Amino acid sequence: MNLLSGLLRLFVFPGLLFAMPCAWLFVWIERKAVARMQRRVGPPFLQPFIDFVKLMGKRAPERSGSEAFLMRLWPLLSVASMVGALSLLPVLPNSGGFSGDLVLLIMLLELPSLFTVVAGFSSRSLFGEVGSTREAIFSIGYSLVLLTAFGAIAMTSTSLRLQDACQSGGSPARWIALFAILLCIPAKLRLNPFSTVSAEQEIYAGPLTEYAGPELAFWELAHGLEWVALTGVVAAFVLPSSGAILSGVLFVVACIILVLLLSLAAAATARLTLRSALRFYWRSGFAIALIALSVATFTRMKP
Amino acid sequence: MNLMKRLMCACRRRSPWIFHMNAGSCNGCDIELVASLSPRYDAEQMGVLLQGSPRHADILCISGPVTRNTLNAIRTVYGQVCEPKAVVAIGSCPASCNAFAGSPVVEGPLERHIPVDIYVPGCPPRPDAILNGIARAAKILSERGSAESGRRSEP
Repeated sequence: MNLLSGLLRLFVFPGLLFAMPCAWLFVWIERKAVARMQRRVGPPFLQPFIDFVKLMGKRAPERSGSEAFLMRLWPLLSVASMVGALSLLPVLPNSGGFSGDLVLLIMLLELPSLFTVVAGFSSRSLFGEVGSTREAIFSIGYSLVLLTAFGAIAMTSTSLRLQDACQSGGSPARWIALFAILLCIPAKLRLNPFSTVSAEQEIYAGPLTEYAGPELAFWELAHGLEWVALTGVVAAFVLPSSGAILSGVLFVVACIILVLLLSLAAAATARLTLRSALRFYWRSGFAIALIALSVATFTRMKP
Repeated sequence: MNLMKRLMCACRRRSPWIFHMNAGSCNGCDIELVASLSPRYDAEQMGVLLQGSPRHADILCISGPVTRNTLNAIRTVYGQVCEPKAVVAIGSCPASCNAFAGSPVVEGPLERHIPVDIYVPGCPPRPDAILNGIARAAKILSERGSAESGRRSEP
């Protein structure tokens, strides 16, 4: 991967220029799908974009010192890490990549939840701190499942390179691992039934309680990009390799199907407490991921 | 520049996020506000979202006759909503104290403490009246926002 193609991937496809409209589209699809399932009309097509522009035009409260700097920094860093994660996704065939980019992808996917934790604490709001504590505890719950599942995928392809991991064909271990990753996505996106972190109304808005105006706009953008990146990871692993344009289209279609699945789960469930959510991940989720890992290990040992 | 201003104006009008506050209301207006978000009336088709934090909101919806206990909270929350903002008084209580007028623990009407943009009268008002009030407040919000940015760019 040379500098030019790297920059193109970061800013054009599948990076910023492609991912921003995609993020708004996915957020709209989720809101619309949930609304339709509740027999409502739902928001108009451009609503996430309208919300973003409006938030950019709002005046944030005046803060001073390190607090002001940090509260502007965390949402920007979240957006940056999500764009970085997106640029690593092997959407197009022969898109390069480098050995070990799977590890970098896992790190970049984990960063926004870390930034959310510190964001809640640096806002010095009581509700922000409660939300951050919940996010910190919760991320221990699903990260175990996520890391084990990614480990199983790396084991089936015997490579830490995303390109190889995607093209190694469908073994049973891979499908089980992908299912485990799919189980973690609602927790990372803070969807029902795992919405205990932001828990609107219950603890105001969780870690983001004090964020307003452009800061909040960038948090919303980071959240939208998280939608694209997380559904994109699963889509990239599921899709067979094909021509350049076709694989781009297939990627978006697969992502939209995943968004609809996640919205269905969100609309059909109610919020779980932190305790039951953790129990779910450490018992059921971790068991599934562990099965994937052991199947992957045994199939490797056979020949 | 003009185009950007018009875009911002339209976005403010079409994305009013509300924060609901009970200032000693009997809960009648609160139920009607929640009903306006329900599938039957569906405020989300106008872009209305009920926000958990006043920092995220554009429109402050206040119900109740403003009791002494809630007065400080109203002032704090009004200060926490970021500019440009608008206030909708829901029900007859914040407008006139209604049946509670003359009570020693009631500090209403609301107008004495914070500026109110839209009154939605009724005891309680119907959900469609509340939605109409929010839509009118959103229009005020967009005009206020553009007037403010004009003023800021002048000096």
